[in-house]
Amino acid sequence: MATGQPDERKTTYREAMREALREALRADERVFLMGEDVGRYGGCFGVSLGLLEEFGPERIRDTPLSESAFVGAGIGAALSGLRPIVEIMTVNFSLLALDQILNNAATLLHMSGGQLPVPLVIRMTTGAGRQLAAQHSHSLEGWYAHIPGIRVLAPATIEDARSMLAPALADPDPVLIFEHGSLYNAAGELAPLTAPVDLDHAATRRQGTDISLITYGGSLPKALAAADELAADGISAEVLDLRTLRPLDGEAIAASVARTHRAVVVDEAWRTGSLAAEISARIAEESLYELDAPVERVCSAEVPIPYARLLEQAALPQTADIVTAAHRAVD
Amino acid sequence: MSPAPGTRKRKTPTGTDAARAEHRRELLRAMLRIRRFEERCVELYSAAKIRGFVHLYIGEEAVAVGVNEALTADDAVVATYREHGHALARGIPAEAVMAEMYGKTTGCSGGRGGSMHLFDASRRFYGGNAIVAGGLPLAAGLALADRMRRQPRVTCCFFGDGAYAEGEFHETANLAALWKLPLLFVCENNLYAMGTAIERHEAQTDLALRSASYGMAAWAVDGMDVEAVERAARRAAESIRGGGGPHFLEMRTYRFRAHSMYDPDRYRDKDEIERWKARDPVTRLLDRTREDGELSERKLAGIERRITEEIDAAVEAAEQAPEEPVENLLRNVTSGFVEAM
Repeated sequence: MATGQPDERKTTYREAMREALREALRADERVFLMGEDVGRYGGCFGVSLGLLEEFGPERIRDTPLSESAFVGAGIGAALSGLRPIVEIMTVNFSLLALDQILNNAATLLHMSGGQLPVPLVIRMTTGAGRQLAAQHSHSLEGWYAHIPGIRVLAPATIEDARSMLAPALADPDPVLIFEHGSLYNAAGELAPLTAPVDLDHAATRRQGTDISLITYGGSLPKALAAADELAADGISAEVLDLRTLRPLDGEAIAASVARTHRAVVVDEAWRTGSLAAEISARIAEESLYELDAPVERVCSAEVPIPYARLLEQAALPQTADIVTAAHRAVD
Repeated sequence: MSPAPGTRKRKTPTGTDAARAEHRRELLRAMLRIRRFEERCVELYSAAKIRGFVHLYIGEEAVAVGVNEALTADDAVVATYREHGHALARGIPAEAVMAEMYGKTTGCSGGRGGSMHLFDASRRFYGGNAIVAGGLPLAAGLALADRMRRQPRVTCCFFGDGAYAEGEFHETANLAALWKLPLLFVCENNLYAMGTAIERHEAQTDLALRSASYGMAAWAVDGMDVEAVERAARRAAESIRGGGGPHFLEMRTYRFRAHSMYDPDRYRDKDEIERWKARDPVTRLLDRTREDGELSERKLAGIERRITEEIDAAVEAAEQAPEEPVENLLRNVTSGFVEAM
């Protein structure tokens, strides 16, 4: 979509997301934003700041602290022809609405024999790294990626923050967008949008020949930093950003492994039963004979994320852990 | 068969004797149709023709039928897993409901839902929700859409007394009253949450009283009297259409059968069941129409005969309907990317 600004310009992930919201609200009267503190407060992460003034309280709708009710209301409004964007402060709180997301949003189309698609977008933050302790720091997007009937997105770049919302709204089925809390302040140049982004394909963020670093969301900057360090050691790492966690782009994963013959999967969720486990299993099923080394996984320690800074950092996948894992695979 | 209720604008009884008689016969016919349908379901379940969980509405027919009188085809209905009555009253053909019980492709949910998940988008019938209270937030959203588009429509949500203990009811009641949503809460208080009596699961059993504390109009209704239900529902729906915000109706009713076909029903006194059966909504209306000379035995026999024919035809059609091929297993999980912004 044309922005009237042909040149690249400096922006942040937060502002890019806000611009995507503003554009969606301008483009389609059926679109409205609803959630805790999205209006007067400007969004608890500042994403919706200023939208209330522009679009009014009907369309920038503050809700009570009632995750189940307002997510369910989003489902009902979607069934009735509107295009709600529901914001949940964090994935931790989304568990209060899990019944509505799983038993209704993801299920109604099938249960009704195809009669009731639910064109709903739910946005929420995920992830750790800001010393918010266990109940504000978990990465549960992999749980949602387990569920048939929904699409799960994890924009990791400013470009994806800017461009994934419109196709998510155009999808007739429920779409969950996970925004890693550590990304909001990420700043950079935003290229003008040229074509609608496709939500079915992973993106190769760095090309390489020796090893594939497969990741998404908040771990992408760490994987890119690890690739820089590995390059200094003479190892050429490819970085694959999954972008869409459901449906997974299995072809892109297999193609990357076929190029590099080694893989490190980086996932901020716990290792046991994680998306990293799913990706590893797929590589074992489809790419076993391409592998020159066992698949490595870099995940969070199996502990509720601690508050104490040192412990929190130790619990999370770090650049050094990715580098170490890559060396294990290559050396 | 006459047009099913809910698919057309209904005539308000004019007060003339003939109109009242005709209206009462219509109410009776609608209740009898639900009862006979479910009695047939019992036989079919015993014969293993229909499976799964089957929750019968027998005894509560006055609620679905009476409330439906206050609704138009533009309104929306959200129901529970005990929803055969709501679906039939809403106008979903008996044939489509029966085929759904059989799991056939011609079922109103294409055989994917069964007894607990009846849907009909064309009649704005949004289930069929088998998570207790799970339909309430969804109903708030349907009502919210109408409010945002300034459409004078009502969303009617049926739920039981068991749902009253769920946070979802209280979250939704708060939201609906806060946002003045055009939502009609119809609580079917049949005194049992599955097998737990209301005094064993609610601290305050006067549900209308509690609901009024949210700042919405709320009153209790004799749910065994279809005419009382209709009057209350009309009053509530008219107020909602006029911008009066959500209304709460506590329908005091009773199910004559167990919670589900699996339930041995050991938690209720036989005396209690018999006392409530003495207030059977079908018999009560039948008695009234007879007293007022509004229904001859010949007319009643005619009503029963047409219902039997309709249900026979529905069963026959369900028997003959094709199974969905297994190749279609993964259909309707997602719609596919079909709409461009």
